[in-house]
Amino acid sequence: IRAHIRPFKEKTKASKRKSFSVQTLLRNKDEEEAKMFRNQYDTDVTTWSPTGRLFQVEYAMEAVKQGSAAIGLRSRSHVVLASVNKAQSELSSHQWKIFKVDDHIGVAIAGLTADGRVLSRYMRSESINHSFTYESPLPVGRLVVRLADKAQVCTQRSWKRPYGVGLLVGGLDESGAHLYYNCPSGNYFEYQAFAIGSRSQAAKTYLERRFESFNESSREDLIKDAILAIRETLQGETLKSSLCTVSVLGVDEPFHFLDQESIQKVIDTFEKVPEEEEDGGEAEAEAAAAPAEQGGAGDQDVAPMEM
Amino acid sequence: MTFTIPIDNGDALKNAETDSQRTLYPYVTGTSIVAIKYKDGVLMASDMGGSYGSTLRYKNIERVKAIGKHSLLGASGEISDFQEILRYLDELVLNDNMWDDGNSLGPKEVHNYLTRVMYNRRNKFNPLWNTLVLGGVKNGQSYLGMVSMIGVSFEDNHVATGFGNHLARPILRDEWHADLSFEDGVKLLEKCMRVLLYRDRSAINKLQISKITEEGVTVSQPYSLKTFWEFQAFHNPTAGAQGSW
Repeated sequence: IRAHIRPFKEKTKASKRKSFSVQTLLRNKDEEEAKMFRNQYDTDVTTWSPTGRLFQVEYAMEAVKQGSAAIGLRSRSHVVLASVNKAQSELSSHQWKIFKVDDHIGVAIAGLTADGRVLSRYMRSESINHSFTYESPLPVGRLVVRLADKAQVCTQRSWKRPYGVGLLVGGLDESGAHLYYNCPSGNYFEYQAFAIGSRSQAAKTYLERRFESFNESSREDLIKDAILAIRETLQGETLKSSLCTVSVLGVDEPFHFLDQESIQKVIDTFEKVPEEEEDGGEAEAEAAAAPAEQGGAGDQDVAPMEM
Repeated sequence: MTFTIPIDNGDALKNAETDSQRTLYPYVTGTSIVAIKYKDGVLMASDMGGSYGSTLRYKNIERVKAIGKHSLLGASGEISDFQEILRYLDELVLNDNMWDDGNSLGPKEVHNYLTRVMYNRRNKFNPLWNTLVLGGVKNGQSYLGMVSMIGVSFEDNHVATGFGNHLARPILRDEWHADLSFEDGVKLLEKCMRVLLYRDRSAINKLQISKITEEGVTVSQPYSLKTFWEFQAFHNPTAGAQGSW
């Protein structure tokens, strides 16, 4: 412990703060010490903590967990992106969380949707510039790297802040269909299937059970799995087509949204399935939901961006 | 041909300086390129001459080069501008390779990139004084296209530059067909190159035929065509001429 830490002063600081950071990250008693450090080193993104973390970046990743769920899965030839339609109130329309970047690339976002829109615009711009120069679609892997580098810049400038949005980028390139997740930290990972946003743990658990078969899945099965994963995040609420948005893209299929009727048809095929499947699913979902509600950061000693 | 944009600042010396920064006319030039699609890919023929005005100054210039894994680029016109283009493409291919992600630039992408470069230069009144022929094969698909110094670009089953447009294309229009064998393709190209040799004063009798297929690029060793000069009309060329001239 450093000599200059004065416990009393720390306590005052902690109570004065809005405590968003403290509240969400203080699950583990072992982190009492870390709590004292956090407040000192989390003011700006260019300050390291003594334990080698950039707290502002981690807080940005928390923002992703607060957004409503977004899910992506891929087979060898198709990618499905789905999201939960959350509206501010009954009077308003819901947030658009899935964007078409090009005929062969789509993106689903979770977190600060305003940041997400800006990044989608950047992606569209990069994609169309490539198409114009080379008359050829931009490989999604290359777009994702540019996006990640853009996010990284914001973690290394004192006058900027990290983008508070996680992006699930689905697209095609020469080697087939790909799904990537871009983090506010500037990291990106490729996935067979992934879920982000609130209660995404429930969806992830569902996907973990099924993902090995996704590569060979048909387009229809992939869509069905996506909607089922969405259902997991709804925690018992009845699944209706108005609650979710689903989009598909594939080798011979440009990016497009599925209309409400098609989604409802898929829902009808399994909502009729009796309680046995649902009970099993719900029990697992409840167990997984507890840590998920707390944001999931408490159950790891490692900083999220080191994942 | 001279292009001059009037720069009205009264400084004649300075104008001369900025003028010399733009390409006004070519100096060392290559003549026609002729290229055709055939069964396995693309064949491209070019001679090895570099003319300095009316002098046939250089006789060992390779005017067709491989680009990346999938393309072949042939150029007529200013040789130094061709070398500049090769430098641009070198950088492009290098960056493409550095990604190391299983994606690679195909002939269509290179052709479009070159179209953008040529057109942009033309808009700045500083053209790259070349007509380029881009051929290649990727994923079993053959591609053959052309870009001129003013940015006109198109694809076709057979293309030619310069004099080749006037002398070789008519032959190709009559005799080209899909799925030519390699031997037939070479014979057809040699027929075109022979006519060019007879009639184009900047052509020399030393040519290379380059081939690109899915497997890769091969450039032949330079060789010459047999020519025939014993036509009756050449024995006494003025026999039928009447009058004072």
